[in-house]
Amino acid sequence: MAEILVLVDHVDGAVKKVTTELLTLAASLGEPSAVLVGAGFDVAKARLAEFGAAKVYVVDGDGSGGSADHVVAPAAEALAQLVASQAPAAVLVASTAEGKEVAGRLAVKLGSGVITDAIGVSDGFVATQSVFGGSTVVQSKVTHGTPVIAVRPNATPPVAAPAAGERVDVAVTFSAAALAAKVVDRTIAARTGRPELSEASIVVSGGRGVGGPEGFAPVEELADVLGAAVGASRAATDAGWYPHQFQVGQTGKTVSPQLYIANGISGAIQHRAGMQTSKTIVVVNKDPEAPLFEIADFGVVGDLHTVLPQLVAEIKKHKA
Amino acid sequence: MNIVVCVKQVPDSWAEKKLQPSDSTLDRGSADAVMNELDEYAVEEALRLQEANGGPEASPVTILTMGPDKAAETIRKALSMGADAGVHVVDDSLHGSDAVATSLVLAKALGTLSWDLVILGTESTDARMSVVPAMLAERLGVPQLTFAGKVDVEVDAEGGVARVQRVTDTGFDTVEGRLPAVISVVEKINEPRYPSFKGIMAAKKKPVTTLSLADLGIGADEVGLAGAWSTVTEFAARPPKAAGTIVKDEGDGGVKLAEFLVAGKFI
Repeated sequence: MAEILVLVDHVDGAVKKVTTELLTLAASLGEPSAVLVGAGFDVAKARLAEFGAAKVYVVDGDGSGGSADHVVAPAAEALAQLVASQAPAAVLVASTAEGKEVAGRLAVKLGSGVITDAIGVSDGFVATQSVFGGSTVVQSKVTHGTPVIAVRPNATPPVAAPAAGERVDVAVTFSAAALAAKVVDRTIAARTGRPELSEASIVVSGGRGVGGPEGFAPVEELADVLGAAVGASRAATDAGWYPHQFQVGQTGKTVSPQLYIANGISGAIQHRAGMQTSKTIVVVNKDPEAPLFEIADFGVVGDLHTVLPQLVAEIKKHKA
Repeated sequence: MNIVVCVKQVPDSWAEKKLQPSDSTLDRGSADAVMNELDEYAVEEALRLQEANGGPEASPVTILTMGPDKAAETIRKALSMGADAGVHVVDDSLHGSDAVATSLVLAKALGTLSWDLVILGTESTDARMSVVPAMLAERLGVPQLTFAGKVDVEVDAEGGVARVQRVTDTGFDTVEGRLPAVISVVEKINEPRYPSFKGIMAAKKKPVTTLSLADLGIGADEVGLAGAWSTVTEFAARPPKAAGTIVKDEGDGGVKLAEFLVAGKFI
């Protein structure tokens, strides 16, 4: 069976959800092998095996090689070496900021084509992409070299498919060029306790209609009762009502959750580009002509300041 | 310190974009063409670094673009913001190039220039891949300092060190590397200056060099649609979503929405 390499997204071995999705996807296309760069195999093994990794290639397993303190390039080098020795049918990485950069560097190293932001990959490694703010759906393929495909989080429901997860240590000596950019400090912003925006299954967003920074309170309350992440439109972040890192849109984050609830957001292409592939879209807006209603599965024409508190109360009742 | 900023002309991000049925490439004619929004931040960052490092004589800023004839407008815009010179790689064979080829062309063009820093926006609003800066760092063998929300450069006897705050999901990492280096900047890193009337006039006289593929020693078969290493096999307008249910809040909007969420098993 064709081997498919899946780069593991992890923090000290704590495997991120997107990796379980990619392993499931890889299992539909061939035999998944996980590639774990850095320390943490003992922590990661169970989850990687649970979701189908027949093998786990461990690179810089004791962390002495420097992969943890250097950006992107060591992972690309590790993957390039594995592609050369194992000749897999394809390489899958998460379509995150870091994943895409690994994919790009890997493609140049291998002399391969690269596809990013895939929302699906089918037989023959044909990737599906939703582009231009979601208005166009594209099928694409790599035509040269080993396909390197970056797949969006939340594109594949992960399915447990227990496999061996056999550890295979791979000796990689990182080049000077790979170690040229060094992480000298890490700053963690105050934790919100909410899920990370691009991985969350539910996202609740606020836009111009919230009216001000305090207007985000009902948005946050709804997010918390749903266990959701909070997003914001460009208008809201430009106005300084919510921190920029939560912006969803053309120049912000792209999300594809199971449920996206947009409050006080009109839905210009700037915003749609960041959320159009959400599975279920709910829109709450005072303006019945708001373009976002066109792509809503359910919409409420009303003031979010009255609708959301009522919704939160109903949810709490339901849960009780 | 020599600074090069790579810019791209793209369709206006507020316009609807389409692929051309003839060859599945982006239809660049149907919308207004503008400088990629993130590139404005890159140009501004370069100009600030210039101001902090001796001005145009000591730290010239050169604008590099690969694009059709019309892309010259984007170079002029950057020159009118205050950049000093432009380099425009233009060649019919470039039409339909993928990111791999784009990074090859930019890397070769950089080979014709002296540079200590290459600055780009993280991604362009048309393709949105955010791979070109990383690919450039790979090709050039220099530190990759990308997704920067803040940039500091300290020039020293051996060239200098660039230190950036690389945006992460949890905050930022401080990443440093010696010059020469590739930097990409995120939105809102700074506030791009508007070209002044004086700047617009001065831009007309600033030098712009035009380069073809032959000038860069690149064969037509290495780039363009024919040279692309990935291809679009088919595309279609997204099927229109089945119209959803829209209700008017008459004191019960929240209740109705809760019912919808229960029915969908979200709660």
